Amino acid sequence: MTVWRQVARGIRALTNRRAADQDVADEVQHYLEQATAAHRARGCSPDDALRAARLELGNVTGVRDRVRAYGWENAVDTALTDVRYAARRLRAAPSFTVITVLTLALGIGGTTAIFSAVRPILFEPLPYPHSDRIAAILEIGADGSRNAGTFGMYRGLLERNRSFEAMAVLKPWQPTMTGQHPPERLEGQRVSASYFRVLGVPPAVGRSLQPSDDRPGGPEVVILSDALWRRRFGGDRAIVGRQVTLDDRSALVIGIMPHDFENVLAPSAELWAPLQYDMAQGVAWGHHLRTVARLRPGVDVEQAAREVDVLGHAVLREQRPATYGGELRLTAVALHDDITGGVRGALLAFLGAVTVVLVIACVNVTNMLLARGVRRRGEFALRAALGAGRGRLVRQLLTESLLLAAMGGVVGMAVAVLGVRALVALSPPGLPRVGAIGVDGIMFAFGAGITTLIGVAFGLAPALKAARGDPHQALQQGSRRAAGGHRRARGALVVAEVALALVLLVSAGLLLRSLERLFAVPVGFDASRLLTMQVHTVGLELREPGATNRFFGQVLEAVGGVPGATAVALTSQLPLSGDVDEYGAHFEATPSAPARSYSVFRYAVSAGYIEAMRIPLRRGRMLDERDRADAPRVALISESLARRSFPGADPIGQRLRLGPQDGPPHTIVGVVGDVRQMSLGLSESSAVYIPGAQSWFADGTMSLVVRTRGDAAALSPAVRTAVWSVDDDQPVVRVATMDALLAASAAERRFVLILFGAFALAALVLAVAGIYGVLAGSVAERTREFGVRSALGASRGRIVVGVLRQGMTLTGLGVAIGLAGAAAASQSIAALLFGVSRLDPVTYLGVVTLLGLVSLIACWVPAWRAARVDPAIALRTE
Amino acid sequence: MDERNTDVIPGTLDMLILKTLSLQPMHGYGIARRIEQISRDVFKVNPGSLLTALQRLERAGWLDAEWRQTENGRRARFYTLSRAGRRQLEAETSEWARRVSAVARLLRAEG
Repeated sequence: MTVWRQVARGIRALTNRRAADQDVADEVQHYLEQATAAHRARGCSPDDALRAARLELGNVTGVRDRVRAYGWENAVDTALTDVRYAARRLRAAPSFTVITVLTLALGIGGTTAIFSAVRPILFEPLPYPHSDRIAAILEIGADGSRNAGTFGMYRGLLERNRSFEAMAVLKPWQPTMTGQHPPERLEGQRVSASYFRVLGVPPAVGRSLQPSDDRPGGPEVVILSDALWRRRFGGDRAIVGRQVTLDDRSALVIGIMPHDFENVLAPSAELWAPLQYDMAQGVAWGHHLRTVARLRPGVDVEQAAREVDVLGHAVLREQRPATYGGELRLTAVALHDDITGGVRGALLAFLGAVTVVLVIACVNVTNMLLARGVRRRGEFALRAALGAGRGRLVRQLLTESLLLAAMGGVVGMAVAVLGVRALVALSPPGLPRVGAIGVDGIMFAFGAGITTLIGVAFGLAPALKAARGDPHQALQQGSRRAAGGHRRARGALVVAEVALALVLLVSAGLLLRSLERLFAVPVGFDASRLLTMQVHTVGLELREPGATNRFFGQVLEAVGGVPGATAVALTSQLPLSGDVDEYGAHFEATPSAPARSYSVFRYAVSAGYIEAMRIPLRRGRMLDERDRADAPRVALISESLARRSFPGADPIGQRLRLGPQDGPPHTIVGVVGDVRQMSLGLSESSAVYIPGAQSWFADGTMSLVVRTRGDAAALSPAVRTAVWSVDDDQPVVRVATMDALLAASAAERRFVLILFGAFALAALVLAVAGIYGVLAGSVAERTREFGVRSALGASRGRIVVGVLRQGMTLTGLGVAIGLAGAAAASQSIAALLFGVSRLDPVTYLGVVTLLGLVSLIACWVPAWRAARVDPAIALRTE
Repeated sequence: MDERNTDVIPGTLDMLILKTLSLQPMHGYGIARRIEQISRDVFKVNPGSLLTALQRLERAGWLDAEWRQTENGRRARFYTLSRAGRRQLEAETSEWARRVSAVARLLRAEG
């Protein structure tokens, strides 16, 4: 009750100050009248009575002020008065206000946006119960490369381990859904039965996968994502228990995942089917599965990693004695680390860079506030002389800087919202958990937090400085000439700004050079005028063995007839497309070398693929029409594989087995150049090319490559029509020119470069603005000095040089400090660089030149102004 | 001039106001006069302190205030003791009595 009364009275006083004041005035007045009346009743004259009453009451205004000073609302009131006053002061200096607010908005908005984007990826646990207990199991090659897992190893670990309560293997799956709706190719996963147990998320409707679902020839069952369920089936729960058609086969829908289920291992997957892995197919030791597991309570990931390594070697020794070399290592890492490990460095570098921008922005604003403080010395002195306490002045100035920060914060939030959207839109495909990035309350709280921090931090120094001044001295000196001490502080701030900007510029420069180098990397084939697309076959092999090969043969023929296509070929995996298909290549023992195996990229290709891609032939012959299914088995190997497996010897005529070790051998008939398969930056290129018809299994999905005479993209409709002229039920997807794939391959680096470039540009602009501001301020303060000097005969040149020297000394100091900082900071982006040293002298020199030139221009303007000071006017100004 | 201290004993003004209002509703000047009369001019109330105290006690919910029209058309503020105020008065009175008797005991004590 009483709290309520306090609040209500306070709010009433705040909202209607006049009425509240009137009440107090009336009460005091009534008191005075009563007192006067009492004195008159005792026989005083009216005048005497009034005088006596006044004496009794004391100063009427004083009493009134004292009474109305009671109540919490007065503190608010004072603050509001301060805010109003601050707003008036800021309105009086619109350009200062606008520049400050924009500078702060840039810093606060940028920092908030980056923080919001990075937070769900790095700083939040994965969206699963006890997600710290989910681990990924990896095979680490002798060269430190991370390889996908094999089913054989999964089985071996599953039987022996004591660390995990559940293990699962998974692989991507792209089924085509047909039925009453238009056919749609979907992203999905084939997973072993315990996948959802590992994640700890059961379906919201229906049941999860069971071990009985996950066996070769088991039932065709499928679990749908919430999004797919709503999109394709209108959110009808009755779909559970009904059949859908996937890849020409009927599959029973057994469950629907919860709405908020986030599948971090394959964010775009919308349906899940049991893996139903067939060990008998002979690919159990092919590296094409991801392995995840849930740790038992009380087992930590290091223990599991040790166990996995020991067991893994035991499994390999037992089951793969021929190829067991002991050079690989098995390990388990937290799934969160596995998923974010690749981007952690870049994201932390972003956070660092944007913090630097924020610091520069704050330094700039502090600088402007200091300059403003110098100009307002007279005002403060006057207020102090009129009785404003030091605390009152500090409070006033803090209010002003908080108001500035708040305005910057509000605009900054708009910047942040746009920034987060832009980041999500620009984000490279490899960025995990993009779906979890968004605008939320935490983002605004973070923004408000740094805004307040900044408001206090940059307001306090100038405020204390201003309040410390001796009013007497300041009034005497006037407002203009007492700036010596401030100048040094402002100079130091500018030096810091330049140094920080240099750090960012060097980082951006190094990244730019990396991207340049990356695009200069020879991909190993001719990427120009090359159209690619993926052709899926649905159910052909089921209808009739050999139908797939026949279909692809007809596709080649049909597409070859398209006008404008000069060469056409098919391949099971396409370079730079994200395809990864690795198998073991087993070389027979020769007199000079023992039997050996390597993990290689397997390309099952049509005749003419090497020619169509223009991959150079180093030795031997190409694959051609002679290499049919019934012809002797042949293979081409890449030159790096040739070097690795036949050092100093001729590989032609040697034999290798690909995949299953007991399969028929292929005779090596040629050596071709290396091709970048995974990405421009990765050079692992051991490859084996075999004729598709001679492979131990028929690929149901092939990529078509078409060399065109003119623009590659323009030919895509005609090529697609040609494919469909053979069989219009077969989906054609992933249509892209090789140029586009090349660009996509560098998308991650480009994204990093864009961000760093933006930060560096902002830093450069702010730092230059800082230099300009300090010099311009200093020139304005010294107008009189320049007037006197030119009156005494100093030439314009001397004055210009003097001012330039002042500015360039600051720049030079900043550059010197910044160079050391950049060399240290470049360590944090070393992993993002390609083909360029983090101490690349060209970059450093270029950046220093750029910064020097720009700051020279920034110094020139005030210098010129100083030289043109008219002595007559300057001397008259004070 | 009378040099004797007429200040209200610090901390007791609230209690005196509450006690005065427990007799009948009054306006500010009336309260001051009544305190002076009953104390036989031992205490003189400072009007500024009194009006501020009235403000505070009203906010605390111990007094209810009401504007009334006076005979010469002015507004006057009349205060009434609320139920919470009555409880507060009892609490303060017993506390005061406890302290006064303690002081009295101390002063009576003989070495």
